[in-house]
Amino acid sequence: MTSPAPPDEGAARPSGTGARGTPPGPPRVRRPAPLRIRGPSAARRINNRAVIALCHVAAALVVLPLLLIVWHLIEKGLGGLSLAFFTHLPKPVGEPGGGVANAIVGTLVLAGLAALIAVPVGVGAGLYLAEYGDGRLGALVRYTADVLSGVPSIVVGVAAYGLVVVPMGRFSALAGGVALGLLMLPTIVRSTEEVVRLVPRSYREAALGLGAPRWRMIHSVVLPAASGGVVTACLLGLARAAGETAPLLFTALGSRFWTLALDRPIASLPVYIYDYARAPYDDWNRQAWAAALVLLLLVTILSALVRLATRRMVRV
Amino acid sequence: MTRTIRRAAAAAAWLALAAMPAAAQSLTGAGATFPYPIYSKWFDAYKQKTGVEINYQSIGSGAGIQQIKAGTVDFGASDAALSNDRLKEMPRKVVHFPTVAGAVVLAYNLPGAPAGLKLTPEAVIGIYMGRITTWNDKAIGAVNPGVTLPAVPILPVHRSDGSGTTNIFTTYLSLVSTEWKELVGANTSVSWPSGVGGKGNEGVAGMVRQTPGAIGYVELAYAKQNQLPVAWIRNKSGAFVEPTLASTTAAVAASAQSLAKDVRNPIANASGADAYPISGLTFLLVYQNSKDAARGKALAEFISWAIHDGQEMAAGLDYARLPDAVIKVNEATLHTLTAGNAKLMP
Amino acid sequence: MSATSLAAAPNGAAARVRGRALARFADAAHRRLLALTALSVFALVALIVIEITRGALPAIQAFGWRFLAVTDWDPVAEHFGALPYLYGTAVSSALALLFALPLGVGASVYLAELAPRRVGETLSFVIELLASIPSIVYGVWGMFVLAPFLRVAIEPWLIARLGFLPLFRGYPFGIGMLNAGIVLAIMILPTIVSISRAVLLAMPRALREAALALGATRAEAIGVTLDAARPGILGAVILALGRALGETMAVTMVIGNTNRVSASLLAPGATMASVIANEFTEATSRLHLAALIEIALVLFAFTVVVNAAARLLVLWSTGGRRDIAGAA
Repeated sequence: MTSPAPPDEGAARPSGTGARGTPPGPPRVRRPAPLRIRGPSAARRINNRAVIALCHVAAALVVLPLLLIVWHLIEKGLGGLSLAFFTHLPKPVGEPGGGVANAIVGTLVLAGLAALIAVPVGVGAGLYLAEYGDGRLGALVRYTADVLSGVPSIVVGVAAYGLVVVPMGRFSALAGGVALGLLMLPTIVRSTEEVVRLVPRSYREAALGLGAPRWRMIHSVVLPAASGGVVTACLLGLARAAGETAPLLFTALGSRFWTLALDRPIASLPVYIYDYARAPYDDWNRQAWAAALVLLLLVTILSALVRLATRRMVRV
Repeated sequence: MTRTIRRAAAAAAWLALAAMPAAAQSLTGAGATFPYPIYSKWFDAYKQKTGVEINYQSIGSGAGIQQIKAGTVDFGASDAALSNDRLKEMPRKVVHFPTVAGAVVLAYNLPGAPAGLKLTPEAVIGIYMGRITTWNDKAIGAVNPGVTLPAVPILPVHRSDGSGTTNIFTTYLSLVSTEWKELVGANTSVSWPSGVGGKGNEGVAGMVRQTPGAIGYVELAYAKQNQLPVAWIRNKSGAFVEPTLASTTAAVAASAQSLAKDVRNPIANASGADAYPISGLTFLLVYQNSKDAARGKALAEFISWAIHDGQEMAAGLDYARLPDAVIKVNEATLHTLTAGNAKLMP
Repeated sequence: MSATSLAAAPNGAAARVRGRALARFADAAHRRLLALTALSVFALVALIVIEITRGALPAIQAFGWRFLAVTDWDPVAEHFGALPYLYGTAVSSALALLFALPLGVGASVYLAELAPRRVGETLSFVIELLASIPSIVYGVWGMFVLAPFLRVAIEPWLIARLGFLPLFRGYPFGIGMLNAGIVLAIMILPTIVSISRAVLLAMPRALREAALALGATRAEAIGVTLDAARPGILGAVILALGRALGETMAVTMVIGNTNRVSASLLAPGATMASVIANEFTEATSRLHLAALIEIALVLFAFTVVVNAAARLLVLWSTGGRRDIAGAA
C-alpha cells in the first residue's frame, strides 16, 4: 500500500517509491530553490543602453550647431570689441571709434519695460490657469496664449504700432516695451502654468490644513515651490525678446544719440545689428558681429544675476 | 515684498526723469535703406556743426512713406518717388528732394571670364525672363568678341524683399522693353519670371559670390565690397558704359531737363554718351506746409546744407553726387516750403 | 491675517467669524485679481486680432476666399494669392518639428536625468542663452555656413540616393526648404529643451523610484517619467511650434523666396511670415499692404487650427482623461 503522493510540483517522483524494492521513506519536502535575481532580459538591457546612448547623442547634436553658431559669432565679433565699443555712440562710416553704448542702455530699458508688463500679467495668468483654470475661461485663455506664441514678431510690431504709436503720434520706447512684452507673454503664461501644476498636492493640502487661506497658500507655498521653473520661463522669454528686431522697427524705431526718454525713439542692439549687417562696408559689418556678441554677453549677465538673486527661493 | 516696493519706486523715479523734454531741437525721419550710410554721416556732421539732432532709421521706403503719411516723423525717405495716386492719399501736399544718386549694377560670377563683360539691354531682359539659359548664348557672345564664354547655366538672382534697388532695376527694364513692362512691370517687389531670391543687397551679393554662373543686381557699393565683377551695359546712346560714380552723375545730369519739369521722372536709360543706364535717385519726402514753424525751418536748413555741403561727402561712401542743374531744382523747391503763411527759406 | 492671530483676540468666537469672512473676501478678491490678469491676456490678443483685421479689410474685400487658393503674387498687377506661402509655412514647420522634437526631448532627458548635476545646469544655462541670439545671426549662419555645406555634402547625396522620390529632386542650391527647416529646428531647440527639462525636474521622485523598485531599467523608469510629463512637454512643443510658424528674419535669408509650390525639399519656397517680413516695409500701395496683413490674419487662423489639432492629439493620447491631460 503506497501513501498518496503529495501534490508537490517539485517532486521528481511520487514519494514512497524509492529504488526498486526499498521500503517507502518519509514524504520528501521540497527545498526552496536558491534565490537568483534574474534581472531584466537581454533585450531590455540592450534597450536601456541604447536609449541612454541616444540621449547623449541627442544632447550633443543639440549643443553642436548652437556652439558652431556662437563660434562663428565670436570669430567675427571678437575683433570689434574694445572699451570704446562699449562706451561710445555710433559714428558714421569711415570714422573709427564708433560704439554701441546707447544701444546697450536702450536694450536694457526695453527689456525692463517688457518684463514690467509681461511678468506680472504672465505669472498672474499662469497662476490663474493652474489654480482656477479648469473652466471655460481657463480653456479660452490657455488657447489664446498658445495662439499668441505663433504670431510673427513683425505682426506684433505692426499691431503695437497701431495700438501705441499712432495714438501717441510718435515712436517711443514705451511702444517697443509693449511689443516685446507681448512677445514674452505666451512663454511666461504657459510655462508658469505647467510648473505650478506640478507642485505636489501634498504641499497645498499641508498649507490649507494649517489654516492658511487659499491666496496665502498660493503665494507663500505654491509659487515659491514653482519659482525655479517660473524664473526659467521669464528668462527664456526675456532672452527671446531681447533679440527681436522686427517689432522694434515699428515701435521704438532706433536712435544714434543718447536717449532715455520713454516717449521718444530709443536705440537697441538688435536694430543696430540689423542696420549694420546689411551695409556694404566691412567696418560696419564687423561692428554688427561685435554687437551681436555684446547682446549675447548682456543676456548672459542678466540671466546669471537673476538666477543668483532667486537662488534663495525654495526649489521643488 | 520690500524688494518689490523698492523696485516699483525706482521705476516710478525713472519714469519721472525720462519724461523730461529733450534739450536742443531734434527731428525724426525714417525710410529708405539705400542712403542710410550717407544720411548718418550727414546727420552726425550736421549735429557737430549746428547742434540739431536728426534721428533717422532705415525701415524701408514703403514704411517711410507710411510714417510721413501718419505724421509720426518729420520727413520720410524713399528710393521710389510717389506716384500721383500716392500723393493724393497724403493728407497735405508732399514735395520731393533728391539727395544723392545710385547705380544698380549687374554683378556676376563666371570663372574664367574677365571683368567688364558687356551686356545689351536685350540680353539682360532675356536672362531675367529665363529665355537665355547659358552664358555662351549668342546674345552675350555677339557683343563680347574675343572672350570665350563657358557653357555654364545662368542663374539670375533677384531680391526677395521689397526694395528701391528692385524699383530702379525694373523701371529700367520696363523702359527698354514693352514686353517686360506688360508682363512684369516696375515696383519695389514684382513677380519674377525666373531665378532665385536673396534677401537684401548683401543676400544677392552673397549668392552671386558663392554660385558659379549666377548673376544678380545690387547697388554699386556692394559689388565693390564683395569684389564682384560687374557688367558694362549699353546705354541709349549706344555706348557700353561702366558703372561708376561719374557715369551715374552723368545720368542725372543728362536727365536735368526732365527733372526740372518733374523731379520724380526716372533717370534710368538716360541718353548721354557717358550716362550709366541703370541709375536712380533717392528722395526726401517733406510736407510743403509745415505745422511747426521751428521744426520746419530746422528741416529746411538741413536740406539746404545737404544739397550743397553734404554733397562733398557722397563720393567717399560710393554715392553719386547731384549735378548743379539738379541742385538748382532743389533750391527752387526749398523756396516753396512754408509754415503757416510764411516762407521758410525766403 | 492668519487664523493664529485670532486666537489671541478677545471675544474669540466673533473674531473668528469675522476672520473667516475676511479670509473669504481676500480669497475672492485674489481670485478676481488673477482672473483679471488672465483676461487681460485674452484682451491683448483680441486687440491684436482687431488691429490685423482692420488692416486686412481692403484685401479681404477685394479677393475673398480666392486668396487662399491662388498662387499668384504680383504686386504690380495687384493680384495676390496666399497658397504658396501656406504650403511653405506648413512644410518648413513640419520639418523643423521633425528634427527638433526627438533631439530636444532626448537632450532634455539627458540634462534632467542622466547628466551630472553641474554639467546639466551649465549646459542648460548655455542652451537658454542661445535663445537670445538674434534671428538675423541664425540667418547669416544658415546662408554662409549651412548652405555651402548642404550644397556640397548633403544635397548631392540626397539627389543621388533618394532622387527617385519627388521630395529630393532638383538642383543643389544649398538654400531652400531643407535649409530653412534645419535653421528653424535649431532656433526652436532652446525652447523645447529648457521647458521640457524644467518639467522633468519637477516630476515627483516617487514616480521614478517606484518604477525602479518594480525592476524597471533606468531607461524604462525615464520612460515612465516622460509619460507623466507628456502634457508639459507638449506645452513646450506648442510654444516651439509657435515660434517656428512665426519666424521671419532667419527664414527669409535661407529659403530662397519664390512663390512657387514645389514638392521637393531642395527647392526654394517661402513662408507666410517671411513674405510679410520681406515686403511689408517696402510695400507702397494700399492693396499690397492689406494683402500682406491679410496673410498675417491667415497665419493667425492657421496657428489657431494647428493648436486645436495639437490639443485634440493630447486628449486622444491620454485616453481623454483630463487629469493627466491636465493643461491640455
